[in-house]
Amino acid sequence: MLKRVAVTGLGCVTPFGIGRCAFFESLVAGKSAVSLISSFDTSDFKTKIAAEIKNFDASLYLPKNETRKMDRFTQFAAVAAKDALLDSKIDLEKLDKSRFGVVLGVGFGGISTILEQHKILLERGPRRVSPFGVPMCIPNMAAGNLSILFGARGVCETVSTACASASHAIATAARLIQRGNADIIICGGSEAPINPLVLAAFSSMQALSKRNDEPEKASRPFDKNRDGFVLGEGSGIVILESFEHALSRNARIYAEIAGAGSSADAYHITSPDPDAKGAESAMRAALLDAGTDASGVDLVVAHGTGTLANDPIETKAIKAVFGEKAYKTPVVSIKSMLGHTLGAAAALEAVSAVSSIVYSIIPPTINQEMQDSECDLDYVPNVARKADLKYVMTDSFGFGGQNSVLIFKSVNS
Amino acid sequence: MYFEKIADIVRHHLALDESIKITPESSLKEMKIDSLDVVEIIMKIEDAFEIEIPDEKLKEFQNLGDIANYIKSVKES
Repeated sequence: MLKRVAVTGLGCVTPFGIGRCAFFESLVAGKSAVSLISSFDTSDFKTKIAAEIKNFDASLYLPKNETRKMDRFTQFAAVAAKDALLDSKIDLEKLDKSRFGVVLGVGFGGISTILEQHKILLERGPRRVSPFGVPMCIPNMAAGNLSILFGARGVCETVSTACASASHAIATAARLIQRGNADIIICGGSEAPINPLVLAAFSSMQALSKRNDEPEKASRPFDKNRDGFVLGEGSGIVILESFEHALSRNARIYAEIAGAGSSADAYHITSPDPDAKGAESAMRAALLDAGTDASGVDLVVAHGTGTLANDPIETKAIKAVFGEKAYKTPVVSIKSMLGHTLGAAAALEAVSAVSSIVYSIIPPTINQEMQDSECDLDYVPNVARKADLKYVMTDSFGFGGQNSVLIFKSVNS
Repeated sequence: MYFEKIADIVRHHLALDESIKITPESSLKEMKIDSLDVVEIIMKIEDAFEIEIPDEKLKEFQNLGDIANYIKSVKES
């Protein structure tokens, strides 16, 4: 018999600050985190904007001697995880640590460390390359460091499926708890991709918005005048726990993970299948897993990147699965405010989805000015909306055509 | 003088508070300096003293005094 999976803690590090409240309050207010890039000179770049976390200092929250051995993506995850554990009110002292795990999604990992050490290699020679170069850059090190920081000796894994990484990570963690392999898992994702190499590489793909003169209006998923996504950074962490464990310690249960679905487009390395079959089948699989159908879903937290390719195809998939109800179901992209945080995106979308269930409010998709004929659903344009929500679906689609869909359920219903 | 300079490098590298005392007898193990830290600290010491310490020497260093004595022997020979 599969165990029910509760969400008992939420944590995040975003441009809006540390913690779920600052994050969700800013989303509901429709704030944009996008501005001109300040961390390096963008003179030669076509795109000069991103949603950066400015003045982040992990050593304020964790020992400096530990944080200096962590790449920025690991620092984000460590601070977000500490925040989520505090939110969950779990007493780490009383925990069976062998049943306490970590499953994180990471797309790139420590690219900044690679760039720094490569510069040292070229300028100062191989004898000056740091011995921390490897443990700082490898993508599994966020999960590894979390297990060390919090003494989690159970499952410890990293999932990498590009922009769907955190969704697959949450799905993996949920299954491990369902099957009784762990009691509590710290899961989610982290990414720190705002550096010259990643910016240049995405630019070359023509994937990024070039609306440099209006940074706050640059990320406009589903809008007719969208011109690409905006890079973001941060970490979202969700504490998943078996219902029986959560109830035994009188934990606050925010919501339940009702289902997860996964699929591949098997079509192209970066372009989505124009027939949207991959996205559609992941949604159908998640609904089946949750034991409901599209009629039960009250909100879709979209992948909604703001690229020319993604938005109409995601819309097409939603229409295929929801039928006529697609036009009556709110579909929101929080990337309109946060930019695209790649491997962390689905975790932040999970935090937003669960917060929407808890507070009965849907944040808006901002920068909706002109409707695209191929994107004609209710994207909750520009203003947050009150709504009681039972089932909320979150979509995530990664390069490689790797798709993951999660379904969260209210515990009040 | 070799030791003081080394102690400064270690203090800065490990972000140690001024209240923590560093002596020539301070062992690498007690200070929780792991094998990776040792390599990075040695790189900084090599830069500071403009010398090259062979890899084989690293495992001979038990405390900061050992490192200071080695540098003294190289610089003053």
